[in-house]
Amino acid sequence: MATTGVIDSNDKNLWGGGVEPMKASYGKLMMWFFLLSDALTFSGLLVSYGLSRFAHRAYTGSVEDFVFSQEYWPIPEKVFTHIPFTHAPAPLVFVGIMTFILIMSSVTMVLAVEAGHRMDKKGVQKWMLWTILGGITFLGCQAWEWTIFIQGDKGTIIDGVKVFGANMSVNEYGPQLFANFFFFITGFHGTHVLSGIIINIIVFYNTSIGVYEKVGHYEMVEKVGLYWHFVDLVWVFVFTFFYLV
Amino acid sequence: MAHAHDHEEHVVHHVHPPDAAKIRKIWLTAGILAFVTAIEFLMAFTMDRGVLLITGFVLLTFVKSFYIVAEFMHLKYEVKSLIWSIVLPVIFIVWLVVALLIEGDAILTLRNIWMWYFN
Repeated sequence: MATTGVIDSNDKNLWGGGVEPMKASYGKLMMWFFLLSDALTFSGLLVSYGLSRFAHRAYTGSVEDFVFSQEYWPIPEKVFTHIPFTHAPAPLVFVGIMTFILIMSSVTMVLAVEAGHRMDKKGVQKWMLWTILGGITFLGCQAWEWTIFIQGDKGTIIDGVKVFGANMSVNEYGPQLFANFFFFITGFHGTHVLSGIIINIIVFYNTSIGVYEKVGHYEMVEKVGLYWHFVDLVWVFVFTFFYLV
Repeated sequence: MAHAHDHEEHVVHHVHPPDAAKIRKIWLTAGILAFVTAIEFLMAFTMDRGVLLITGFVLLTFVKSFYIVAEFMHLKYEVKSLIWSIVLPVIFIVWLVVALLIEGDAILTLRNIWMWYFN
């Protein structure tokens, strides 16, 4: 009787407790479900961008003749044309570089996780530092892009007044909502990058003082890795739906 | 995964040599992501703006997100119940997108009617 009971609880009753049915630790599972809810938040922002765009008239002329106007939604590649140190128009190049930086920092993060699996403290330290550097570079690029966006370019006449740049109440580039969504979506993503950098620095510090070596595993690196990849994932969507489409 | 030797008196962790096949796969995934982004760039400057271009962008975005989630976030190698717990709720977002884009279009139609009526 007792033997039968034991076999039952081990083999058939996967959700009865005492085992990890998803073969992942509590912390990792909770990170996954947090990321799921965060994905819904970002979807909310991006989908409302889509709604606003569909609720405004689209530009119908040729791309070459495009000028900024309050009458229609701007073509993003006409808005983001700046790169540092030159005034030559380079549409989407800068945001492409930013995408590349973030993907590379995701790669160094996986390499840190891989080093953690091997209990390679030096490796984890090295790759975490590269990841932190990538994150800081990305944030720097975003700060520069915001500055350019806020300062403005040629200016647009709105209600008889020439307006330069954009903020939450005027927008040189088109309908007001375009600027507002730019600040909210890239800002919310930038906040995620910022908190990711801070968490990465904490994990780097803990690695350096030997916390995870003492614990016996580097699972914390995996958990912050999940978060960092998610931030990269969101940027892939922001890149497509804000800059490309 | 974890290599805990807690049954030992003094804990000694051996550093294992890097797994070459694993690291090659990481760089391969990175290469795919960079390549797909490069294609998106090429499309942005060579194709006319329209349904075809936007469909291409959306599909390539899904390709990229698959590689990030499956390989980098390791979801592909988790158990089925975990995979579906994450993927199924995300599918509902598709409905959200469709519903709100139709709604946006309806708002534009109303807006145009109002403008025509008052001018």
